Amino acid sequence: MALDSKIPQGPLADKWTNHKNKIDLVNPANKRLIDVIVVGTGLAGGSAAATLAELGYNVKAFCFQDSPRRAHSIAAQGGINAAKNYQGDGDSTYRLFYDTVKGGDYRSREANVYRLAEVSANIIDQCVAQGVPFAREYGGLLDNRSFGGVLVSRTFYAAGQTGQQLLLGAYSAMNRQIGRGKIKMYNRHEMLDVVIVDGKARGIIARNLVTGEIERHSAHAVVLGTGGYGNVFFLSTNAMGSNVTAAWKAHKRGAYFANPCYTQIHPTCIPVSGDHQSKLTLMSESLRNDGRIWVPKNLDDVIAIREGRKKPTDLSEEERDYYLERRYPAFGNLVPRDVASRAAKERADAGYGVNATGEAVYLDFAAAIERYGKEQAIVKGLDTNDKALVQKLGKEVVKTKYGNLFQMYEKIVDQNPYETPMMIYPAVHYTMGGIWVDYNLMTTIPGLYAIGEANFSDHGANRLGASALMQGLADGYFVLPYTIGDYLADDIRTGPISTDTKEFEDAEKHVRDSIDKLINNNGTKSVDYFHKRLGKIMWNECGMARNEEGLKQAIEDIRTLREEFWNDVRVPGTANELNEELAKAGRVADFLELGELFAKDALQREESAGGHFREEYQTPEGEAKRRKEFQYVSAWEYKGEPKDAVLHKEELAYENIEVKERSYK
Amino acid sequence: MNLTLKIWRQKDANDNGKMVDYPISNVSPDMSFLEMLDVLNTQLIESGDEPVAFDHDCREGICGMCSLYINGEAHGPDRGVTTCQLHMRKFKDGDTIYIEPWRATAFPVIKDLVVDRSAFDRIQHAGGFISVNTSGNTIDANAIPVNKHDADDAFSAATCIGCGACVASCKNSSAMLFVGAKVSQFALLPQGQVEAADRVMNMVKQMDEEGFGNCTNTGACEVECPKGISLENIARMNREYLSASLKG
Repeated sequence: MALDSKIPQGPLADKWTNHKNKIDLVNPANKRLIDVIVVGTGLAGGSAAATLAELGYNVKAFCFQDSPRRAHSIAAQGGINAAKNYQGDGDSTYRLFYDTVKGGDYRSREANVYRLAEVSANIIDQCVAQGVPFAREYGGLLDNRSFGGVLVSRTFYAAGQTGQQLLLGAYSAMNRQIGRGKIKMYNRHEMLDVVIVDGKARGIIARNLVTGEIERHSAHAVVLGTGGYGNVFFLSTNAMGSNVTAAWKAHKRGAYFANPCYTQIHPTCIPVSGDHQSKLTLMSESLRNDGRIWVPKNLDDVIAIREGRKKPTDLSEEERDYYLERRYPAFGNLVPRDVASRAAKERADAGYGVNATGEAVYLDFAAAIERYGKEQAIVKGLDTNDKALVQKLGKEVVKTKYGNLFQMYEKIVDQNPYETPMMIYPAVHYTMGGIWVDYNLMTTIPGLYAIGEANFSDHGANRLGASALMQGLADGYFVLPYTIGDYLADDIRTGPISTDTKEFEDAEKHVRDSIDKLINNNGTKSVDYFHKRLGKIMWNECGMARNEEGLKQAIEDIRTLREEFWNDVRVPGTANELNEELAKAGRVADFLELGELFAKDALQREESAGGHFREEYQTPEGEAKRRKEFQYVSAWEYKGEPKDAVLHKEELAYENIEVKERSYK
Repeated sequence: MNLTLKIWRQKDANDNGKMVDYPISNVSPDMSFLEMLDVLNTQLIESGDEPVAFDHDCREGICGMCSLYINGEAHGPDRGVTTCQLHMRKFKDGDTIYIEPWRATAFPVIKDLVVDRSAFDRIQHAGGFISVNTSGNTIDANAIPVNKHDADDAFSAATCIGCGACVASCKNSSAMLFVGAKVSQFALLPQGQVEAADRVMNMVKQMDEEGFGNCTNTGACEVECPKGISLENIARMNREYLSASLKG
């Protein structure tokens, strides 16, 4: 099947408006006759479910957690971008569009990104109207902060809990519709297959995670807002339950999977402490507004610190290498995430890592505490030479800005970041790749949509900070509810979709068979055993730097591991009860397939772009080297085994932005 | 560290349940409490036993899913953290640790340490929102300035993660801190004031119907709350409720 991105004609700035004016609408009376399934209740799924219900559709929403409020969007910390230009620093829709395309290393779709920038301002208006308590200044107006890869302050925030506040906003909008009966909510349910009838997505098979019951649910359209697949690495900043299963089942039913190798490795996370570790914790990018990243200049000092003979605070300014400020004077500590992560790896590989494993760098707030302290002393008419006072005042300011993050760090690492620099290291955080969608956010299966992190469309090869929340809510509040109407307009006379059909029966049987297989496997190793081994392969060969040899090895290793998993995994208990191991086993089985496609995609993409860094393709300074021949989206079609997946290319055209070397120097 | 765990095991909602002893060795002080349980579960699985069921997801203290009652305290002995952020360095070699589910009539046990907190969701369905549709034409976000202190207080109330520690800690199993936090968030913002009276009446009514107890001002909820939600929110809810009742 040839890919048709369905990008509307006309000038970039008019495409979305023209498109909205032309697409079919469903009249309010007919909306009552149409059911829509939304899987996932994060920012994308939650906002879509609420908005579709407001419009009048009958929504069935599903989440695997015990409440929609727990979706992992809740953990996003730093903020949400919007081209409001409240700071008067020259921001505009075009500039947000430009930054996002450049930040994505010219691997995203122009028209989608422009639309994202265009609706960004509406998101802030909507959220404030819902009662989202964004940070404000003393005058009562909204505050902004800066994020990586841009030269304006366009990030709205709520301390270090922006994702939480936005998700609770979407959750409250859902609650209103649940209370009105327009959303039927299915908590603790996991989608295990999508059902295709006459070539259209007409329902899902879900497992009730409490009773183990396998359920059939039908609808006129199915929307996946099921997030990213970072947990293929086992260790990531994702929640323990975040998984690729819904997306992967859709892929196996015909949805193309785009750019699986584009992964964001976030530069500022708490380093790994030991083999027992189950997840990694992010320290928001907003910390780079005020924190300075460094390692010692001399290897002697590195060794002294590792052996505990010296403390980081013992080193003078001259003995420190603020390597981001040194290499990228224009953007300094606020370079985009891919650049900052690679720079940390470069220092660690050269032997400058500051913890026992050599995989940590410092993020230091001493200068910010001093600066804020002096500012406050001046404001309050106090003595700026009183060092203790300046320290105290400065720490108070830092606490109001980042208090929850500092507390989180202290609890995990058992060190006080107000007194000694934080230790940080890159970790898997977000996946730019995902299900291929057209301009309407429809996948290659008619009637199946993918929104938020689950799709691939807006971030190219690298996502800028504070743009995930923007995209999730843009898709859910302002894009999908319009575009889905164009498709559903043909369904006003269809009537309810029956689940007593062969298609539902077959899909259910397929799900039951694979559950039975897992439960009756009687192997010897736990699910985690395999997941951790998969994670090691992914991190070593498909992590921050990749090469041909390593990727070929990874493909072999994953294949072997997958075979071992199916022979030797042990799933205790039964299928008819709450059984977390069974749920995990199903998810890891899918990761074991996705992992191979991921490596295959990384091998095929013989260039470096954004988060995808192939060692063979770099500039003499070690920067990513893009290649014009690869200016396309790789959309993979499922053909049985991951090795047989067929590549389809969507060429990317840049008509409104000049493709040039991405420089932050 | 070597520890003895005494864990509540209950097959399903109808089972009576009991405490079961599990010795565990080689626990690293850098492990989180849930990572320690992961190790126990791996041992149980590989020796052919059933692992202990417990709720968890983000493991960074924000999703509100984890919910263990450890040595008689919600989320264990540390302050200002959820169970997933509790580290084993808070315990000593040789300790015996009691691990139980939240105990409240409104939170029935589903299995082992997993409880059903959907009563919290239903209270939110009754009024935990501002009735505004998505349009893209709402007024500009800066059209209504909000006093910074009010905005900050609204934010503090809104940081509730809905874990239920307040209910589990309360001798009356009261949900007043949880409901008070949501009522306060909206009552403090101009956007929320339009339907403030209906909101508080509806949410309190639902809270009562769910079988939560009354508040007798003990304050255990505030002490055990991992997010430090203040008792002031209960006072504010009582004011809102009284004023809504008088308006009739």
